Amino acid sequence: MINEKVGVYVCHCGTNIAGTVDVHEVAEWSGRQEHVAVSRDYKFMCSSLGQDLIVDDIEEFGLTRIVVASCSPHMHEKTFRGACLRAGLNPFFLEMANIREHVSWATSDKAAATQKAKALVKAAVERSVYHKALEPIPVTIEPATLVVGGGIAGISAALELAEAGHPVYLVEREPSIGGHMAQLDKTFPTLDCSACILTPKMVDVGQHPNITLMTYSEVEEVSGHIGSFQVTIRKKARHLDEELCTGCGICEERCPIKVVDQEFEAGLGKRKAIYRPFPQAVPKFPVIDEEHCTYFLKGKCKLCQKECPTHSIDFTQQDEVCQVEVGNIILATGYDLFDSRRIPQYGYGRLRNVFTSLEFERMVNAAGPTGGNIVLRDGLTAPKSVAVIHCVGSRDENYHEYCSNVCCMYSMKFAHLVHERVPDAEVFNFYIDIRASGKGYECFYHRLLKEGTHFVRGRVAEVTDAAQRPEEEGKLIVQAEDTLIGAQRRIPVDMVILSAGMEARHDSQELAKRFGLGCDFDGFFVERHPKLDPVATMTEGIFIAGACQGPKDIPASVAQGAAAAARVAGLIDRGTIMMEPVKASIRTDQCSGCRICNNLCPYNAIEYHLETNVSEISTALCQGCGTCVAACPSAAIDGAHFTNDQLMAEIEGILWDQRETEREEEEAAVPA
Amino acid sequence: MEHKEKPKLAMYWASSCGGCEISVLNIGEHILTVDQVFDLVFFPCIADFKVSDVANYPDGYIDLCLFNGAIRNSENEETARLLRQKSKVMVAFGSCAYEGCIPALSNLTSKQATLATVYDDNPSLDNPEHIRPLEEAEVPEGMLDLPEFYDRVKTLDQVVPVDYTIPGCPPEPEQIWAILQVVVAAFTEGAPLPPPGAILGAGDRALCDECPLAREEKAVSRFYRPFEIDPEPGKCLLDQGIVCMGPATRNGCKALCPRVGMGCRGCYGPMEGVEDQGAKMLSAIASTIDVGDPADLDEEELERKIEEVVATLPDPAGTFYRFSMGHSLLRGARPEPEAVTEGGGS
Amino acid sequence: MNNPFEPVIVGFLCNWCSYRAADLAGTARLKYAPNMRAIRVMCSGRVDPQFVLKAFREGADGVMIAGCHPGACHYVEGNIKALKRFVLLRSLLQQWGIEKERLQIVWASASEGTILAEAVNRMTEEIRALGPLQWQPGRTVAQREPELAEV
Repeated sequence: MINEKVGVYVCHCGTNIAGTVDVHEVAEWSGRQEHVAVSRDYKFMCSSLGQDLIVDDIEEFGLTRIVVASCSPHMHEKTFRGACLRAGLNPFFLEMANIREHVSWATSDKAAATQKAKALVKAAVERSVYHKALEPIPVTIEPATLVVGGGIAGISAALELAEAGHPVYLVEREPSIGGHMAQLDKTFPTLDCSACILTPKMVDVGQHPNITLMTYSEVEEVSGHIGSFQVTIRKKARHLDEELCTGCGICEERCPIKVVDQEFEAGLGKRKAIYRPFPQAVPKFPVIDEEHCTYFLKGKCKLCQKECPTHSIDFTQQDEVCQVEVGNIILATGYDLFDSRRIPQYGYGRLRNVFTSLEFERMVNAAGPTGGNIVLRDGLTAPKSVAVIHCVGSRDENYHEYCSNVCCMYSMKFAHLVHERVPDAEVFNFYIDIRASGKGYECFYHRLLKEGTHFVRGRVAEVTDAAQRPEEEGKLIVQAEDTLIGAQRRIPVDMVILSAGMEARHDSQELAKRFGLGCDFDGFFVERHPKLDPVATMTEGIFIAGACQGPKDIPASVAQGAAAAARVAGLIDRGTIMMEPVKASIRTDQCSGCRICNNLCPYNAIEYHLETNVSEISTALCQGCGTCVAACPSAAIDGAHFTNDQLMAEIEGILWDQRETEREEEEAAVPA
Repeated sequence: MEHKEKPKLAMYWASSCGGCEISVLNIGEHILTVDQVFDLVFFPCIADFKVSDVANYPDGYIDLCLFNGAIRNSENEETARLLRQKSKVMVAFGSCAYEGCIPALSNLTSKQATLATVYDDNPSLDNPEHIRPLEEAEVPEGMLDLPEFYDRVKTLDQVVPVDYTIPGCPPEPEQIWAILQVVVAAFTEGAPLPPPGAILGAGDRALCDECPLAREEKAVSRFYRPFEIDPEPGKCLLDQGIVCMGPATRNGCKALCPRVGMGCRGCYGPMEGVEDQGAKMLSAIASTIDVGDPADLDEEELERKIEEVVATLPDPAGTFYRFSMGHSLLRGARPEPEAVTEGGGS
Repeated sequence: MNNPFEPVIVGFLCNWCSYRAADLAGTARLKYAPNMRAIRVMCSGRVDPQFVLKAFREGADGVMIAGCHPGACHYVEGNIKALKRFVLLRSLLQQWGIEKERLQIVWASASEGTILAEAVNRMTEEIRALGPLQWQPGRTVAQREPELAEV
């Protein structure tokens, strides 16, 4: 027999709720419902006075359950749980009815709103009487952290944590850390040399006693939960002994095989079959590219091995798989550059002098394939005119609808560099809108206007070599509608640079699955809250930083890396955290070991014991989704705070007026 | 002992097949003990009693009434009420009385459709004048009354309060004997009866607990009806895609059916805490559907692939509610529109 | 009792996507049909088919299960499990004479308040066209609980 005393509190939220829902009526009606001992309405339940109402009533009337009809539980569940706790009531005896977001703000029909509010209150009351007292579950936080991705965001996060004295495993899948930033020449708007500001950080990472750097490595498997994740990492074979290698570079020099460097030099330069991606690579060790190495292809050569002064080359080396335990994980896996070939009308790959932004970055870099000279594909001729096309793959419903955030600025940087290196060249920047909202960015735009860059407002329709006029002969013609003058323009240039946008990593879905995250439509990882919790994810203990969360520039990536590190450091310092006790558990006396649930858990929290023929749920691993609870055919699994009893009662409550109709009809049908 | 009055036993069949009575007789020579210990006061299957005999008993005269069969018509209901009034302990005996069983499958259609199948649309019928039984018919001897055929099959506990339930179609003889021993001990030695409302003659876990077949994690890419596959011996039937209600069904029968390669049909009813056995099994079985890695499929493809697997389960209502329709949450198909208006929806 | 028929839909919304989508619809002051009453579950995978049947039995004219888009589930694949149960349940309900419009599954991410609101509007109109399910009156006709316990 249920014998609970429920207090119902209906919030006006100023006029947010009271303007649409008849709050007095709802409160008065609630007072007449079964189980309800007290019911009130109040202007702002979340105010301290509102909370005091609850606290006082619990003490005065001995309330055992609290129902607050106000906003979404995502807004104030914590607040009202706190009020219960202050009055000595288990916080899980609270239930909220969302009559603001789901009712008053969603309709202007006052009668319907009031009716719906009653249904939600009734549901909450009916549900609450089945609530059970729950206690948060303490979890110890392992102090080590895994950072995945050695770009600037990952580097920042790793260094922040390491500096704070916490051990870090930094895993990078390429042979060196540095990420995209290492490929850039200058950074906007300050025009610092990218390598000059990045390299010291990379060296810090390489030398930091608290950082275990694992490059040319990938995370294969993750299990566990906040406080204790078990991570399996595959270290791919570099084919050299890192203990012996001094990074002298003789092997690279002697290797007879030259390969077009599609990665670091964006196809503009070459590297050897044994190589470091770039001279400042961290770590300094080269790696043998098995696809091109003569030894791996034909079984002979071994020139590098013969020449190596420390005998560090080892062709027999195998991939190494290791396991680490960490308390938290920061994902900073970065982005892929949009492949400009996907827009055929821009001619990349077909028209020789159409370049991608990354090619241009490498070209203008003094250490790059052209020694920093801006030249056409022939490697000799400087362009007399250059077109920079913004928004390639971005703000385009055929590719990505979002703005990639960085292209306007780097496109202007390109324009500036052309002016600097080829002073008499003309530069045309084709843009949709100029987005220069960062610190010092607008100033940079004005600088470019002064430098004489032609800004043409209009999306480019086509880049072609089909000349229509004599002055177009031998040129690339950029066709666009100049929306400021309202006319079609054909501008002949020597060189076209496509400012490709940022997109989610091609394998971001796979990665998200491995770490138990969500991806948005565009494949970027989903943060816990877009405004208020941008580096946390829905999975406790897993954080995200940098462009894997969405397109962003260097300062934003650095800030997120540091923010994620601060969040993790906070958790490590606390040592123990309390987890929500919304967890599933199996009643072993009712489980028959049918094994239906065994492979439903995404966190592998369910284990079957053959000896006892029952399955068991690890509370620490369970994230509380309830899929196994719904599946269990013998009702042997309980989902705390979302039990069958509670939900069945909620269903009955939410449909109270449907039954009322029945009662009225029955009454009407009974002859007097 | 001779002078002490023996406890009175009744067993009645409402809408049922008679299997429950046979199962009682299958307790073997123990039936002699039953005869020794009890006075039979109503048992239409094996001895000639009249309803009027029962009506003449004082209230509570019968100590133990084993009521089997579902409530299909007004006669079933009247007898149930009469026996309830005359019995100290009322037991829903067998799946029909407990949860509707096979008779309640007719709740999937209407009364009209059921009668049409029985009296008109049936190849083995010869009824050219479409004669149907009437509730009242005038015959030369006078007015003839027949019971009213209900719209819906009901379970015993939907008509009268029930003290205990013995599941099974039919209940297993060993279980029946075990229960009778408890009852006999209670009546003869004053031993305690089980708590009211208890389910007797069945266990607290699902059938799998008694099933010797080896189970793995489940991933089913198509389901098989029994004639479509020769099950691999020793291996869980569900793992092989053969629908087996075992995981959603109380144990107690020693997993008779799965042992011989036939999936459990669910006759022992749901576990404690389950309101709707069919829905639970449906949920469990849908959870085992394997369509490969969903990440490789777009939303439409995914749904289509699931539909393809679901299409290999041609009769979900008949499969998952074979025995429990009468006790399920919806208790049958949506009533025909006429039936609704008939009930006074106006 | 001459009120025009207003369908009542019970919505099982997942905590992370669709419930937040409904929150967002409200925050953005999207006005949509007030006919859906939401029950929050942690994941659409928590929706036990018993809940759906219970809602119909208690008088719902429709039931909406809403979760994250496939591939975007907070619990990786809970929504896929919900979809599997939904497809099988839908085939069962058809045998029971419950039209497929009365049970719908909707994917709405936390940022898709509009999609959720539109789905509620659409479903409300589809059910309005079908008319009431009236399981309650139907149930009372067929199996009104007897006056128990005269004994």
